[in-house]
Amino acid sequence: MAEAQSKAVAPRTIRLSVELLDRLMSGVSDMVLARNELARRLREAPGDVAVDGAFERLSSIIADMRDAITRTRMQRIENLFVALPRMVRDLSAELGKQVLVDIEGGDVELDREMIEMIRDPLTHIIRNAVDHGIELPAERLKAGKREIGILSVSARQSGNQILIDIQDDGRGINGKKLVEKAIAAGVIEKSEASDLEPREQLALIFEAGLSTAKEVTAISGRGVGMDVVRSNIERIGGIVEVDSTFGAGTRMTLRVPLTLTIIPALTVSVAGQSFAIPRSAIDEIVRANGESVTLEKLGGAGVATIRGRRVPEIALSDVLGLKSDIPEHERSLVVLRPAGTDVYALAVDRIHDHEELVVKPAAPAVMATGLYAGTTLADDGSPILLFDPAGIAQVGGVKLESHDRAARIVDAPIAAVEVDTPVLLFHGLDGGRRAMRLAIVDRIEEVPATAIRPGAGQLRVQLGEAILPLAGVNGELPSEKVRLFRLNDGTCEIGYAFREVIDLSAIAHDIIPAEHPGEVSAVTLVAGEPAELVDPHWLFSTFLTAAERLSEQPVCRLPADDPWMQNMLRPIVEAAGYRVVSEADEYEVDLAILSEASSGDLTAARIIRLRSEPDPTSAKDETIYRYDRAALLTALKSAGAGRR
Amino acid sequence: MAELLLIVTIGGERVALPAAAVESVVELDTLIPVPRAAPHVAGLSALRSRVLTVIDCMRSLELGATDCSDGIREAAVVELDGHHYALIVDLVEDVVEVLSEPVIVRAAMGEGWERVSKGMVETEQGPILLIDIAALVSGVEVKAA
Repeated sequence: MAEAQSKAVAPRTIRLSVELLDRLMSGVSDMVLARNELARRLREAPGDVAVDGAFERLSSIIADMRDAITRTRMQRIENLFVALPRMVRDLSAELGKQVLVDIEGGDVELDREMIEMIRDPLTHIIRNAVDHGIELPAERLKAGKREIGILSVSARQSGNQILIDIQDDGRGINGKKLVEKAIAAGVIEKSEASDLEPREQLALIFEAGLSTAKEVTAISGRGVGMDVVRSNIERIGGIVEVDSTFGAGTRMTLRVPLTLTIIPALTVSVAGQSFAIPRSAIDEIVRANGESVTLEKLGGAGVATIRGRRVPEIALSDVLGLKSDIPEHERSLVVLRPAGTDVYALAVDRIHDHEELVVKPAAPAVMATGLYAGTTLADDGSPILLFDPAGIAQVGGVKLESHDRAARIVDAPIAAVEVDTPVLLFHGLDGGRRAMRLAIVDRIEEVPATAIRPGAGQLRVQLGEAILPLAGVNGELPSEKVRLFRLNDGTCEIGYAFREVIDLSAIAHDIIPAEHPGEVSAVTLVAGEPAELVDPHWLFSTFLTAAERLSEQPVCRLPADDPWMQNMLRPIVEAAGYRVVSEADEYEVDLAILSEASSGDLTAARIIRLRSEPDPTSAKDETIYRYDRAALLTALKSAGAGRR
Repeated sequence: MAELLLIVTIGGERVALPAAAVESVVELDTLIPVPRAAPHVAGLSALRSRVLTVIDCMRSLELGATDCSDGIREAAVVELDGHHYALIVDLVEDVVEVLSEPVIVRAAMGEGWERVSKGMVETEQGPILLIDIAALVSGVEVKAA
């Protein structure tokens, strides 16, 4: 509470040891599991409403607390990136260079400790890139490049690691010169120098005391320091890689482990067991029996042809040595792209759900398989293994080659900035081919048809304890199970019924907007065929406000000048679902409530008259005693029902 | 106070684990297998919010496999290098005091026992074999390395 008071002055902070936060976090996790246990017990022995109510309150408090504690440790890498543009601007101004910074992936979350650990190495690499990498504008023009150098910094998750790429389109590193220097400095022998692969030549920049820069500069010194960068990154269990094409640019990649990182993952199952795949590595998901997919065997090796693209295919069940009883053509193919390499397709039995998982490192005996990036606990408290996509490829015998990015960047520096919007491609209830932006889809639910019923003027679906407005019902509802997307705009949720999911895809083509606002905002090509793009804004604006719209809600008129009606009766009427108006408002009302004394008001569809005496004055008296709550509620209910 | 030992039965043999290393004794119900892992890794299980790597001591000692099909198994939870392991045992018997320093068992033991042995210690219940938990956890791989 003291915290709330001080907020008006300035946000106050204190220093806490990470260890304490860890203890808090594991305490909260235990609390959640104890809560689950309690929930199970309560379900088994249905208790009274008061206990359930208190339990619900406890549940929501624990959920809030878990949220807060988790957040104390995690930080968006943005916090680290936010200072970069200014730093680069200052540096380039000082050096008379022109540099454009392109930053991507700021929303990747990283343990706050990890962020502090990579701050210095990252700064150092960027200084190097601006100082030694990017040339002066005149030199760039001479070399046939644009005057403005491009420095792109991006972060993403890959398997059990966070990858931070720092890429420039500058002069690159001269491998031969580096080798000469290394020989001169006595780092390597002349005899071994000739055997070095280009990659090994470049790796020499991490040796202490080597620099190809001719002069010492104020910005990054003599270039010594890459050895320090490397040792700093290695200390936290990461690695630094360098890739450079002389004359075309350099790319540095920091790979740091994710210890407590929360990563979005897709859960899949094979032979009845669930596993998680990091979503960052997933290119797309297709059905093995889909129209655009063919599977072939070449000398025992699987090749999938997906829309004309040949992709090596391996079955997860084979890699894991499990027996899958799902026939090959009924499986789903997850197309994976591990860390900047080629894609391959992984056949799994079933695709389940998108989940946010807190990944923890697994025991050495488990990591030794090379297949897993870590373990995590699913919502029900059971452990799930998280795959390392690169490891699976390796164990499955897929050869992956890394792309030559340096070359691509020089040709099309702008193209790399474009980001495809991931969408879920599905068939609506009316059979239409539609696409829904993945970002707003919280999860896919399957409910019995009985969970869908009209309520308060529109179709609603019951999901657990929530009742959500249901959109997408433009065709016949299936008689048994209904599948629906749970859409979330950050504060509110609505359901969207559909027939089946086709694929996870991306919008890469032009969008042709619809003429009139409606459920479909545009038409575009997704996966080679036209699809209607669902407009989430329209959905939310239409289905959420509908409940509050006047026409949807029965209206009741109460005399404004009667204090008893306004103070005592009004809450009951409103609780019964009516909108209350007074005589001054010119609405068509469904119901009017009057005291027995007053006359008139025959415009309402129904009228309830209240009397103040408990006993009716005559047998024909249809008035209701004003404290006869049961009779009042019945009358309110029947008036509301009569309207429909 | 003398060091305490936890007496457990593995493969019909009564052996001792240093009690200080054992965090708790639990009954495992769910077991999630880890495909492709070393045979002595029986799977994963969850204890409160922690993931436990479950070690089948029978396999680790090359004495055959524990039958996990009947559901609940008793296991001792230990921590090693920041990871938590559950060691499946037949039975957890008792906690006793150590009465002597471990001495080498000079008679030939089974190969598996030889690998995990820390020697023989005296207790009130007679001599008993003291087990090296780290060797038990790393299983057969130690031999290959």
